[in-house]
Amino acid sequence: MSIAIGCALEPAIPFAFAHEVIRQRKRDLTLIGPISDILFDQLIGAGCVAAVEAAWVGNVSAGLGHCYRRALEHGVPRSITVRDHSNFTIAQALLAGAIGAPYLPTKTLLGSDIPRANRTFRESTSPFDGSQVLLVPAIRPDLAVIACQVASVEGAADLAGPSGVSRDAALAASDVIVLAERIGDVDRPLFPPAKVAAVVHEPGACHPSPLFGAYERDHEFFHEYHRATRERAGFDEWAAEWVIGVPDRATYLRKLGARWDALRL
Amino acid sequence: MTSVSAGEVMVAQAAREIRDGETVFVGMRLPLIAFVVAKRTHAPSAIGLFELGLMRDRPASELLYTMGDNPNVDAALWCGPMIELMGMLQRGEVQAGFIGGAEIDRHGNLNTTAIGGDRQHPTVALPGSGGGADIASLAHRLIVIMPHDKRRLRERVDFITSPGYGDGGKWRARVGLPRGGPSALITTLGVFRFEDGEAVLDTCHPGVSVERVRENTGWALRVGPGVRETPLPSAEVLRIIREYDPKGFWTRRGE
Repeated sequence: MSIAIGCALEPAIPFAFAHEVIRQRKRDLTLIGPISDILFDQLIGAGCVAAVEAAWVGNVSAGLGHCYRRALEHGVPRSITVRDHSNFTIAQALLAGAIGAPYLPTKTLLGSDIPRANRTFRESTSPFDGSQVLLVPAIRPDLAVIACQVASVEGAADLAGPSGVSRDAALAASDVIVLAERIGDVDRPLFPPAKVAAVVHEPGACHPSPLFGAYERDHEFFHEYHRATRERAGFDEWAAEWVIGVPDRATYLRKLGARWDALRL
Repeated sequence: MTSVSAGEVMVAQAAREIRDGETVFVGMRLPLIAFVVAKRTHAPSAIGLFELGLMRDRPASELLYTMGDNPNVDAALWCGPMIELMGMLQRGEVQAGFIGGAEIDRHGNLNTTAIGGDRQHPTVALPGSGGGADIASLAHRLIVIMPHDKRRLRERVDFITSPGYGDGGKWRARVGLPRGGPSALITTLGVFRFEDGEAVLDTCHPGVSVERVRENTGWALRVGPGVRETPLPSAEVLRIIREYDPKGFWTRRGE
């Protein structure tokens, strides 16, 4: 199953969804997204992932992603396949998926090794002016997971602040799951409500990433994760404490305690 | 005044690379602070772009750890989908962009993907392009900022994530890139410019000799005529840097 998640890049990352995926021991997922900060690293470390189609995998403010490194360098906890993209090409692939086009032509990455490493790209020439172009094939995720500030029970979702590739990921996907900070009326949703298979009322779903207007980024949490997960055993302990040992998001937020209160706006 | 860090010298130099009125892909870490310095000194009308979908005409009110932090969204000029920001880059509307890298070669090609082995089984897996390869492909000028280390400034990089000048000369036009290429490489030791697609040492930071740069560079160093000293940040620039990053989170890391 392929899942587009973390589509707004650094903010509004649906960590609550990823943690439930880990608890349910889902396997062989393909993760799609430009930059999902440490969410991809966590799913990889938990052994849920078979392939990644992304522009960047790591820890944005702290550095490399240790689980991602272990998977690629040592096949631990399992080997994964990487299909490299840039931010622009993953955005174009999802836009192509969103509008039902087989591919979009672009001038980016000509001369880069990315299209040589990711064989889904094709180099071609424009039939209009004969110039070189890179053809970016459409990506159509099985599922897009979008976190937002407010959504209606009918699936109308309003994402304030940066949205990255969220709209196109939702349009390109077969199904959409929305995680809403609160349930309420929405006038001009980001994508048609009919795309939405489920709306989950899940306050605090994006911690430690920020959700504009709702809560700030917990910078120190990213650095703690970075230090704790240098070794596989460290990741397992971290996951036991913050994911496996926590039954749901409400318990997770209570565990954060005063730290969570300080982040809320 | 306390001693000036290499990071602060680099920020000041990066700020000089931004011209007034330009639209610039800012990125994070040191370039972010360079944008703040440029806006508050010589380039008050520069516009900053952040690839997740933000356009700003004034810097965020507090230090950012990522471009998606809430203070970067407050009072943004525009908040749009990433594809539209990237589209501006492809249209040629972005004069300059900043990126860092794990490795660079003498033609300005950057590797942020993998070191050693093959792509699916590398010796060291790096995070990847992000928007870096797009900025390197499509901005009119690329400014690269990275630590100076013989293992990082290599004759050849293992993987070209972000294209510089390929193997030199007219390579960019030959592969179909519409414009651009590195205009400056700012390291912890000095500043390189590019001639015919090849890095030439232009200035050394205060207290750094050409010999030291040579010893720490993995290619046969080309030295420009009359290598000067990189100007120290002025007192005003230092004040701006330290007000914005009072704990030196980015400027004291030496990258």
